[in-house]
Amino acid sequence: MKQIAFRGVLLLSLSVALVTLGTLLFTVFQDGWGQLDKTLITGVNSSDPHQAGARPAILATIEMGLLLLAFVVPIGVGTAIYLEEYANKERWYNRLLEINIMNLAAVPSIVYGILGLAFLVRGLGLGRVLLAGAMILTLLVLPTVVIASREALRAVPNSIRQGAYALGATRWQVVWRQVLPAALPGIATGSILALSRAIGETAPLIMIGALTYIAFDPTLLGPFTALPVQIYDWISQSDQDYTLRAAGGIIVLLGILLVLNRVAIFVRNRYQKRW
Amino acid sequence: MRPLVITLTAALTAVVLAGCGGSGGGGGGNGLSGLIEADGSSTVGPFTSAAAQRFKQEQSGVNVTVGISGTGGGFERFCRGETDLSDASRPIKDEERAICEKNGIAYSEFLVANDGIAVVANKQNDWVDCLTVAQLKRIWEPGSKVKSWQDVDPSFPDEQLKLFGPGTDSGTFDFFTDKIVGEEGASRTDYSATENDNVTVRGVSGEKGGLGYFGLSYFEDNRSQLKDLKVNGGGGCVAPTRETVQAGTYTPLSRPLFIYAKTSSFKRPEVEAFIRFIIDHEVEIADAARFVPLTAAQLKLAKQELRQAAG
Amino acid sequence: MASRSAVAPPALQSSRIRWGELVIKGMLALCALVSVATTVGILIALLQPAIDFFREISVVDFLTGSEWAPLFEPGSFGVRPLVYGTLAVTFVAIAVAVPFGLGSAIYLSEYAHRRTRKVLKPTLEILAGIPTVVFGYFALVFVTPWLRDIGIQVDIFNALAAGLVMGVMLIPTVASLSEDAMQAVPDALRHGAYALGGNRVHVATRVVVPAALSGIVASFVLAISRAIGETMIVLIAAGQQPTLTLDPRRTVETMTAFIAATGNGDVPRGSIEYKTIFAVGLTLFVATYAMNIVATRLVRRFREVYE
Repeated sequence: MKQIAFRGVLLLSLSVALVTLGTLLFTVFQDGWGQLDKTLITGVNSSDPHQAGARPAILATIEMGLLLLAFVVPIGVGTAIYLEEYANKERWYNRLLEINIMNLAAVPSIVYGILGLAFLVRGLGLGRVLLAGAMILTLLVLPTVVIASREALRAVPNSIRQGAYALGATRWQVVWRQVLPAALPGIATGSILALSRAIGETAPLIMIGALTYIAFDPTLLGPFTALPVQIYDWISQSDQDYTLRAAGGIIVLLGILLVLNRVAIFVRNRYQKRW
Repeated sequence: MRPLVITLTAALTAVVLAGCGGSGGGGGGNGLSGLIEADGSSTVGPFTSAAAQRFKQEQSGVNVTVGISGTGGGFERFCRGETDLSDASRPIKDEERAICEKNGIAYSEFLVANDGIAVVANKQNDWVDCLTVAQLKRIWEPGSKVKSWQDVDPSFPDEQLKLFGPGTDSGTFDFFTDKIVGEEGASRTDYSATENDNVTVRGVSGEKGGLGYFGLSYFEDNRSQLKDLKVNGGGGCVAPTRETVQAGTYTPLSRPLFIYAKTSSFKRPEVEAFIRFIIDHEVEIADAARFVPLTAAQLKLAKQELRQAAG
Repeated sequence: MASRSAVAPPALQSSRIRWGELVIKGMLALCALVSVATTVGILIALLQPAIDFFREISVVDFLTGSEWAPLFEPGSFGVRPLVYGTLAVTFVAIAVAVPFGLGSAIYLSEYAHRRTRKVLKPTLEILAGIPTVVFGYFALVFVTPWLRDIGIQVDIFNALAAGLVMGVMLIPTVASLSEDAMQAVPDALRHGAYALGGNRVHVATRVVVPAALSGIVASFVLAISRAIGETMIVLIAAGQQPTLTLDPRRTVETMTAFIAATGNGDVPRGSIEYKTIFAVGLTLFVATYAMNIVATRLVRRFREVYE
């Protein structure tokens, strides 16, 4: 009896999230499905909500997403490897590093905006460009990737490492050939969560200059916008037709997310092991 | 692992190469070309965007970008020389002017449209139709003890007053407090503030006894859910409509909207052409952006400023 | 493959330095330094204006004052209402994310079929990808009226709706990371427990969860950090009326909402009102640092290592 009750409780937990997701998606699709026309995806913003398009935003978000993955996975996993496999845990500076990363996860996204504005846009002289946006997002979600990767590395049974060392492998060989492939699923999860969050961020991007009106395709070192910023702009307009258009934009955003996630999920499923 | 790494690297290289296209300024033809950067108030942003959209049809080689860092943020960038145009829902403040001067940034101030601030109440509040400025002041001033509608006017029922309005960082807030309470920033603190006027609409329409204020277009687009209150600024009760704002009879809650232009940018033909376009077509643009066009006197002033700036 | 060195007798330490290894260690350390550079950058960006701010407003007033109204005339600068607002929302969010997240994780890891898991886990992760703006509006437009319908008297902007939605948003974080940790627990442990006569509930709660505790607690800490730092949801749904209360049914303002609203608004840069952002940001940073130090100590104590 207790068995069934326990299982029921667990299912209930799962359903809270699923039901909320379902309700959200239903509302968004209800408003937004009718908005999915060619103009939304290929056109640019307009003062007529029915003609408003989000092409520059879509392209920019995709580009930033890919750049983000390219930056955050090596740096995040590299940090995790350093902390787990190489660093002497007794040293104070390594402990500080650990705490530091946990702390960065709590910093509000807007503070990353301030940071980006001061150091990347102005300090490094990058200006208000797409690359700066991608870099800020990288810093924002780096803690998530590091923490998830660390846990993934920790979960690899030590016997694997010992066995490899016993066969004469160097530390890096152990990591690259044994530990990392084993930890790949966890790393993939962390990357998925990080990417998902970054793609939906608005506040820091506005602060470093994401535009609400741009009529040409964004380039790496040029003015840019982002889909969540465009959505936020549309939602804030008084004309309610813009809100409907925003719903369409949200569907597109979720679509992009799904595609980018698919890659990471594929990786995760392929390398999932059970010890 | 290997094939994975290779695929991802390839994808990334493709992205970077695609992204390293030319700069934003479109090419040639026999028209003008260039990039004009505008930033500032999120209220005025849609106006500049509407103007940019229409301008592109005339001059396809010119690209205009619009940001919404806020009036203050816009001026900060403007006075560092980072932008060509600054959108503003209030005139430039003295401290901001000083920074511009220090950095050697000369500019021209253009009036581009008018906006009204509508005072609205919950649809069920049928006892009130018009409020005087004095009454509004008593409701909104700092330390105000007005808690119920009855405190506003003894003939009103004893219904709790639920106040909504823009946050203290908004230009609308600055303007309202300046005109109603008499000092910018002077307001009671116990009201529901929000960044986003659509949220204020929700608040007022959802609470019986609700009272709030925001730009005219937010009332017009949500007419069915709100009740507009006439404001008596000394000349009788006037309703907030486009006509009254343009005629100047909806006082004191009519505000002008500005675009500031950097003088050095003005030397570029595309910038001058853009401003000229705005002034020539201001009625059409204001209409598209849900604002009120300039009065005849304001238009004359703007044209004068343009003549001066063009040199 | 084992490398064969010519004739050298077995030794505990390699007789020549492997430069490749040193280079790699250096590169990895460099990666780690990125996070250090970020923190340093944040501190630099925050400290200077914050120090300016504290020259004008005393730290004592700031920390103990009970009214936060810096942008009004005259201003008051007591940060406690903002702190209470953050606490109220975070508390609700964690109360949702932790139990439901962990429950979902246990189900996915110990009860669900592999195929079901393959579908459900990514579905949950979609929840993590919904823009926070959408969550904010959902809280305002759906959750608040729903709360009123079921009889809870909430203000139109309130911490409860924002906290509930934030909690649901964090469920994937807790669930996905906890579930990965549980998946990584060697099957040998499970089989051993079954062999000793345990049933599924026992195995799940007394063997797997304790074994995966490090990862599970890490997911909790991450969720708490995210909850404290979340901006958009609270900006839209929790309100911008700093109130000195922990009652989640009231309108509040969190530290993050204040920073976001003021940072993107019309306040002239360089003014004392603008500098409040940095003072509040610094407070947030210091407070979470303290929390994380405590949390890391706790995690270290509870971590179980198998093998």
